[in-house]
Amino acid sequence: METLETIMAKHDFLSRMKKPHLKILSGCASNVVFKPDQYIFHEGERADRFYLIRAGKVAIEIRSPEKDSITIDTVGQGEVIGWSWLVPPYRWHFDARAVELTRAIALDGRCLRTKCERDHDLGYELLKRFTNVVVQRLSATRLQLLDLYGNPLKRSKK
Amino acid sequence: MSISTENPMLTTPFRIKGVRKETHDTFTLELESQNGKFSFEPGQFNMLYVYGIGEVPISISSDPTKPDGRLTHTAREVGVVTKAMKQMRTGDTLGVRGPFGTRWPLEEAVGRDVVIVTGGIGLAPLRPALYQLIAKRNQYRKVVLLYGARTPDEILYQKELQKWGGEFDLEVHVTVDRATGAWRGNVGVVTTLISRALFDPSNAIAMVCGPEIMMRYTIQELGKRGISNERIYVSMERNMKCAIGFCGHCQFGPMFVCQDGPVFQFNQIAPFFGKQEV
Repeated sequence: METLETIMAKHDFLSRMKKPHLKILSGCASNVVFKPDQYIFHEGERADRFYLIRAGKVAIEIRSPEKDSITIDTVGQGEVIGWSWLVPPYRWHFDARAVELTRAIALDGRCLRTKCERDHDLGYELLKRFTNVVVQRLSATRLQLLDLYGNPLKRSKK
Repeated sequence: MSISTENPMLTTPFRIKGVRKETHDTFTLELESQNGKFSFEPGQFNMLYVYGIGEVPISISSDPTKPDGRLTHTAREVGVVTKAMKQMRTGDTLGVRGPFGTRWPLEEAVGRDVVIVTGGIGLAPLRPALYQLIAKRNQYRKVVLLYGARTPDEILYQKELQKWGGEFDLEVHVTVDRATGAWRGNVGVVTTLISRALFDPSNAIAMVCGPEIMMRYTIQELGKRGISNERIYVSMERNMKCAIGFCGHCQFGPMFVCQDGPVFQFNQIAPFFGKQEV
């Protein structure tokens, strides 16, 4: 039977992570399952976890003035959700909702913050990985803003 | 084989067999040759002439494995000619010159994984390649189609996308930039699908078509996955007028898109791709 540590070692977000660091992470980890349309977290709530998605799909949503909420991104297998646990004031910036049955590994952010303070190598390693995720999402969001497939005729009339 | 080999500036009349609305501003014309067969290679384009109005280059989007004289072109209403084209009806006649240009590298892709990344109306020039990949499916390893659209209502060829993903051995992932209605699929730019797709980068060939900026970011992501520039092919769009390399309207660096393209091996154009001056 696979342990959490071996499952985590196969996850894309933690690929090539050193074994001692994986061991520390697995000490703060637990398996979780979300049903379709179940909210994983809500904007403004305390962010004390992040999730490694093993299967399924999660919608990252933002509340808009005109509508209840808008999906701005979807995240799936092999990806990670939640970086707010790493940055004060440790509050979620968005909502996250399981679009389909989603299996994930939840990591306790408070537990990890303490361990990262003690082991700066682990902290730096995690920070590098999360920075990469944040940069990719920022870049994708900027591209999304360009309205890539908008009709050039209508664009030029604006 | 071209339909008018003697004088490539002469058009051949084709009758419109059907007009299908694809999205709010795109439509597909089904044309029938009055002179018999019409052969083309996936990736090539025709010059379509609305008599009395003007001529525009439009990629061929029909099945090249069925050269039965029926041709389809999917176009978007972006100017005077395409506006007139959209208003045409079954039985009307359209002038056709072509086919012109280079093909997608389907022979080079035999025995490899094929990754197709496209967005918006960029799916149309790749549809003939998909038909051919499906027709000769056993010659290729994994076939992955990553397609991005603006909204769920602006997804081209919706039924075919479902069919390709369901009935044929194709991995099809669709994403939209803006989710609307009851959409439960992926949301985000098409480039985000590249890191999630399952293929072997060391033995994959990529075909990319879409707005230039989308292709630029796509090439970066494909590079991160390990697909080198010589295994990436892109279809370029320029203002093609004569389609035979005379007029110079479609000059792109040292190349003419109408003759040397529209499909280029990316390393051929990498030095000047994305440069505003070119």
